[in-house]
Formats: sequence, C-alpha cells, structure tokens
Amino acid sequence: MLEKALTGSNKYWGWIAVLLAFMAAGALSYVQQYNYGLGMTGMSRDVSWGIYIAQFTFLVGVAASGVMVVLPYYLHNYKIFGKITILGEFLAVAAVSMCLLFIMADLGQPTRALNVLLHPTPGSILFWDMIVLNVYLFLNIFVGWVVLTAEKKEVAPPKWIKPFIYISIPWAVSIHTVTAFLYAGLPGRHFWLTAILAPRFLASAFAAGPALLILLCLIIKRVTKFDAGQEAIQKLVTIVTYAALINVFFILLEFFTSYYSNIPGHMHTLDYLFFGLHGHSQLVPWMRVSAIFGIVAIVMFLIPAARKREDTLAIACVLLFVSFWIDKGIGLVIGGFVPSPLEEITAYYPSFQEIMITLGIWATGFFILTVLFKIALSVKEEKMIS
Amino acid sequence: MDIKRRQFLKVAGLSTIAGLGAPAAFNLLLKGGPDTVSYASSGGEAEASHEAAPTGVRLGMVIDQRVFDANKGLAQKCTTACHTVHNVPNFGNKKDEIKWIFEVPFEKAFTGKSQYHKNKNLEDSSFLVLCNHCDNPPCVRACPTKATFKRKDGIVAMDYHRCIGCRFCMAACPYGMRSFNWRDPRPFIDQKTHNKEFPTRMRGVVEKCNFCVDRLARGQQPACVEACGNTGAMTFGDLNDSHSEIVKLLDNNFTIQRKPSLGTNPSVFYIV
Repeated sequence: MLEKALTGSNKYWGWIAVLLAFMAAGALSYVQQYNYGLGMTGMSRDVSWGIYIAQFTFLVGVAASGVMVVLPYYLHNYKIFGKITILGEFLAVAAVSMCLLFIMADLGQPTRALNVLLHPTPGSILFWDMIVLNVYLFLNIFVGWVVLTAEKKEVAPPKWIKPFIYISIPWAVSIHTVTAFLYAGLPGRHFWLTAILAPRFLASAFAAGPALLILLCLIIKRVTKFDAGQEAIQKLVTIVTYAALINVFFILLEFFTSYYSNIPGHMHTLDYLFFGLHGHSQLVPWMRVSAIFGIVAIVMFLIPAARKREDTLAIACVLLFVSFWIDKGIGLVIGGFVPSPLEEITAYYPSFQEIMITLGIWATGFFILTVLFKIALSVKEEKMIS
Repeated sequence: MDIKRRQFLKVAGLSTIAGLGAPAAFNLLLKGGPDTVSYASSGGEAEASHEAAPTGVRLGMVIDQRVFDANKGLAQKCTTACHTVHNVPNFGNKKDEIKWIFEVPFEKAFTGKSQYHKNKNLEDSSFLVLCNHCDNPPCVRACPTKATFKRKDGIVAMDYHRCIGCRFCMAACPYGMRSFNWRDPRPFIDQKTHNKEFPTRMRGVVEKCNFCVDRLARGQQPACVEACGNTGAMTFGDLNDSHSEIVKLLDNNFTIQRKPSLGTNPSVFYIV
C-alpha cells in the first residue's frame, strides 16, 4: 500500500517538499550539534532538559490520545468512530516517532543509545519508558496496517488482530503514566513531586490529541474527498471539552495546594512561571498566554454555535493545542528545573540550532503522518468510488 | 505465494527470533537478573573496585565549617585541588560549567533550614558542597544503563563509557551536584596542571565528585581533604568503623546534613 503515497496532486507534493525542506534544515543543525556537543543548545547545568524533552513529553500525550477513538469503537461498538480509528492510530505512530527522535536528539552520546537495551535496569523509569513507547509504536503500526489492508480488500479484519487492539488501549494509558513517572518520582524536584502528575498528563493529552485529530479531519475534508462526519467530529469535541475542563481543574488543584499551604518550596515554581520570582519573569508571558488561550478555547467549545461551525471549531482546536503545548512543554519541564536544588534561578533560551532541530523533527513527524494518512485516505477514497 | 512457502517462512522467522532471543533470556535468568551485572568502570576506578574494600565500609566526610570560617582562603584551595587532580575543564562561561565541589552560602546549601535570625557567622559563611554519596541515591535509581552505580564502600561512581548522556541523573539529584559535558572538555583543561594519571572525559557524559576513589586506591586522602592539611577542616573515613576519627567527630559534635528529609541518607556531614 506504500505506493499510494507516491502519487498525489501538486498540493500534496508541494506540502511534502516543504516538510522535506524543514527536515533537511533540521538535519543540518543536528550535524552541527553532533559535532559541537549539546552546548549548542540553551541548556545549562541548572536547566539540564530543554525543549527536546519538552516536545517528547507533550508528544507522548498526543500519541496516547489515539485511545480516545479506539476505545469507544472497539470496546463499546461506537460505530461513528469507525472511519477515523485508523487516523487516530496513524497519528499515534507519527507522534511516537517524534518522541523517539526527540530523545535521540537530546542524548549526549546517541551512539550509545543501545546501552539501555544491553544493560536493562528495571529500577529505572527511563528503561520502562523505552519499552512501553517502542511496543506502542509497534502496536499502532501493526494494527493500523492490518486493519487498513483488510479494509482495502473489503473483508473484516482477521480475528487475531483483536488482542493487539485490546492491549493497545491500556497500553496507551501506560505510556503516558510511565512518562509522568519519570518526573513524579524524583525527590529533589518539588514541582513534579505530586501524585496528580500522571492524571494531569492524561487529561491534558486526551484534550490536546483529539483536538489535533479534529484539526486534521477538517483539513482532510478540504483536500480530499474524505469526510469524517459531523457526528464523529462533534463527539471528539465532547471528549476534548471534558478532558480540557478536567485538566484545568487539576491545574487549579495544584494552585490550591501550593498557595494555601503557603510552603515556599511548593510555591516557588508557580511563582516563577506565572508571576515572576526574584525579578526573573521570562516565562510569565508564555504561561499567561497559555492560560488565556486555554480559557478562550474551552469557552468556544462550550458554546454550541462556536463548536458546530468549522471555522470557529478550528480556531478553538488550535488555541487549545497551543495552550496545552505551552503548559506541558515549557511550563512543566522548564519549570521543574527552576529554582534549582540550590535555590538558584537560571534562565533558559533555546538556541537557533535547537529550534531548527525541533522544527525538523516536527516536520519529520508530519511527513510520517502525511504519508500514512495519504495511504489510508487513498484506500478509503477508492472504496468510495467503487 | 503458495501455502508451503508461506509456512516455511513463518517457521523460519519464528525460529530465528527464538534462536536470537533464547541465549539472552537464558543469560538474564541464570545471572539472576540485573542486580548481578558486574560493574564496568573506567580509568583508575577499576583497581579500587576489585580490591573490594572490607565488607561494611561506608565512606563519609565531615566538614567542619568553623575551621573554614576561620580560614577564609581554605575552601578555595580545596576546590582548586579537586578540579586540578581530576582534570575538570574550565569553559569560561556559566552555562557550560562543570564543578565537582564548590562554595555556596548557607541558605543555598541548607534550603530546608530556617533563614530567620541566623547566627551572624553564617551571613558571610560559604559552605563547600559536593556529591553526598548517598546511601539511597535517587541518581542511581534513575540511571537507565547503570552508568552511575553505588559501590560496596558507599561511593556513588560514574562509568563514563556507559553513560548515554540522557541527564536523567541530573534531574534526579536533589542537591544539584552533577555536571554535564556540554562540549568536548579536553581543549579546556589547563595543560600546565593536567593530571595524566586520571582520565579526561568526553563530551556528552555526566560527571561529579567520586570521593577520589583513584587516590584512595593508592592509599591517599581525597584531594580536598589533603588540601586542608592538618587544619581538621575536612575529615574523611569509614562511617561504620566506631574507632575511626570521623565517627568520633560525629559522636562528639552536633552535625547537620543537606535535605535529610528526602531519605537519601547522605554521607557528608557539616559541623556548623
């Protein structure tokens, strides 16, 4: 079926060309970084993880959100999602691929990456993250491909694929829980040391991921003959709304615990992020924009007229996606390192190469997504014609 | 494809996977799992770990801040000695800096302690901070490759060749004592004082104080302790030996540790 990605309109090839350009630029920047060292980024002794790990953390969530279409369709026979489960699965493939690329880009010694396999360390959460992410990638590629092939041949998917589908559902939850565990088990980082981190991650993921899926469906409707259907989209909107509301609730819970207990260690990072701390307020505009975007998006989702019109729906999805991307990426990951264990504040600014590599990996993810979606949609379009 | 060929390929594929996987699985089972993996070390640390300090040794350090307060230039001698002996590079910028032992004010070393109406002495005190070589180290738990590991004598060591540079240990350390080689350190080591007996590191790996395990193997004191001369500013020894100087100091003086409530069980004590 791969050959379906090799034929397309001029717009398709134009888009591929743009993506390849960004990928090439990113690759060039990576060569520079590989030769110089990670010092080419804005990371420092105090802020030792930056936007690479921030993107990784956010994208694990996007990948996990595939379960929001798979679960209703396969476990509860919710036929409305039947047309788009493949899109959810392929989105997960693209997202997990990006996660793995971001980790590789962030490693100080990437050629030694296999040490994680050669010296298994079950006590380390990173070991488990490596396992669950790679298995999830395999599950989604495998299930997506088999089900799509069956659809192409106009037969029901084979029975033996069912166990893999059923496993992928709790597995989706596990990838993001394990990623949250990376942060939530570290004794020295009070901003992360909260039991609610995993639920927060999941809520944010189940809002941002389906929001992206809605956007993709709206774009697909304009560039292909495929229409996911008003009902499916509106059901996704419902899921996004509830998940976003829960995420906002969780954030407010964090604010309550920190500020009502008035414990300095608990308040400091929130101070730094939202109000500025000791004169350092570099991230405050970002967090406030995130808050505003999030609130506006949720309000738009709650107004029926706004969520039913495709243009306002698209805007709301973009606002929500950006809001949660800032909150999880910049707020959570960078915030966790400020103040440092020695109560010092070090600013972090991504460097030019760092940004180019980040864009290059996002372009790679969208490249994978485009190719996979092209294949899936070609299969569906052929069926529509026949 | 006819059925027979398909069957053959299926069987071939499965047997290949089984053949490749079985020895690895066997190994893991026979060796009893990851706990029994032998600790590879680099450079001078290899000899010391095979010599296997007598069972029950737990190395620790007492820093007598009163002595440092009375000798203002002494702490600087310690940091210089350490960084020289271990070829710690100087990049000339704060972003990339690597430091194994350094001075900070009281409120940064002891963040949990009250800063209200402090003893006047503490106001211009600066405390030496270094890796605490915790008995319950979160960095060792975090490391996905066992590149950082705890030895039987209590030292938390680094294998620079195993480290993949993921920096999870840096996130895990509650004390901020780990540094990363953001660039190749070798051009930034002072050639005049380069210590050829201790390995230099490569870019992309984490490093930190190693309690001078290489010097201990030669019967020497850690560099920072030696730099204090006989002022008694720093005392190093076996915390499990009730007759050692360090235990006597701990028995007879009130000491504090950094962030004890986290349960890391550090090996470094401060007499303030």
